[in-house]
Amino acid sequence: MCPECDASVAVHSNVERGEVVQCRECGAELEVIALAPARFVLAPPEEEDWGE
Amino acid sequence: MRVGLLCSRVRVEEKLLGEALSRCGALVDRIDDRDVVLDLGRPWRDWDVVLERSLSQTRAIAALRVLDAWGVASVNTLTVTALCNDKLATTAALQAAGIAVPRTAVAFTPESALLAAEQIGYPLVMKPITGSWGRLLARINDRDAAEALFEHKASLGSPEQSIFYLQEHCDKPSRDIRAFSIDGETICAIYRYSDHWITNTARGASTRECPVTDELDALCRAAAAAVGAGVLAVDLLEDAGRLLVSEVNATMEFRNSIDVTGVDIPARVAAFVVAAARDSRVAVEA
Repeated sequence: MCPECDASVAVHSNVERGEVVQCRECGAELEVIALAPARFVLAPPEEEDWGE
Repeated sequence: MRVGLLCSRVRVEEKLLGEALSRCGALVDRIDDRDVVLDLGRPWRDWDVVLERSLSQTRAIAALRVLDAWGVASVNTLTVTALCNDKLATTAALQAAGIAVPRTAVAFTPESALLAAEQIGYPLVMKPITGSWGRLLARINDRDAAEALFEHKASLGSPEQSIFYLQEHCDKPSRDIRAFSIDGETICAIYRYSDHWITNTARGASTRECPVTDELDALCRAAAAAVGAGVLAVDLLEDAGRLLVSEVNATMEFRNSIDVTGVDIPARVAAFVVAAARDSRVAVEA
C-alpha cells in the first residue's frame, strides 16, 4: 500500500529492496523496504550533494 | 570473488551493474550506505573490491577514505572520486594537465565574484562545486543578474556556497557530449540534446550516439589520465570549433546510453571491477 494515499502499488516481479517506484494513484516516489509482501516508505527527497 | 556494491537507492544502473557482475561470476553484496557503520579499528575483509555507487557524494568520499585507509580496493578509488566530485578540483587538474577547459575563475565574496564576472564577460555560468544533474546551475546574462545571484548565494550560509565557481558560457549547438571512459579507454559517447542551455539527461535532454573521433578519444584519454582513470563519464562542450572538457563524473549514470550506443556499458564496468578485485587478491597474497 502507498503510505501517502493508501492505494495498492503494483511492482515488477524483479523489483529489489532499495528500489524506488512511483505510486500510479498519487505520484509519490516510494522506496521498497520489503519484498513478499512488498512494503513501501516515502522515498527521501533529493539532497544537495546527490549526483554522479 | 566477492564484490560489495555500496549504494543508497537501487537505480536502474545498480541493478544492471549487479546483474553484469553476477554474469562475470562475482558474488555481489549490496551495502546500503544508510546502514553502514565503519568502525575504523575493524577493517572490512568480506569483499575483494567495493564498487562505490552512493547517491551522496559526501558519504561516498567519507566511505572511500576509510576503505582506502584499510587497504580495501575500490572502484573508483578515493583519489579519482575526490577529484571528480569537486568541480574546482577537477578543473584545476584538467588545466594543470594542459587540457582545454572553459575559462574558469573562483572567488570567495560577492564583491570579488563580481570582479571575476566582469573579467570573464557575460553571459557566464555559475556552478556549485559539488552536486550534479544540473542542479543550482545559473547562467548570468548581465551585471544586474550577477549582483542579485551573488548576494543570494552569499546568504545561503553554507561554507561551500561561499565559493563562487564561475565559467565562461560556451555557445554550444543545443547539445553537449558525454563520453564513457573505462580504464582510460573511451568506450562510447553520446550527444545530449536540449533546447534548454542545461543539456543534462536528468533535466530531460534526449540522447543520440556520438562517434568517438580521434580528437574526442585523445581528449577523453587525457582527461581520464588527469584525474587518475577508472570508470568515468567525461562531459565536453563544443564551442566555436573547440572541444572543451567541462566535467568528469566518477559515479556515472548510463541507462540512457546503452541502447543509443549499442555498447554494454555495465558489462564493461563489471569487467573493470572484476579485474580490480583480481589485482587486489594478488596484492594481498603477495
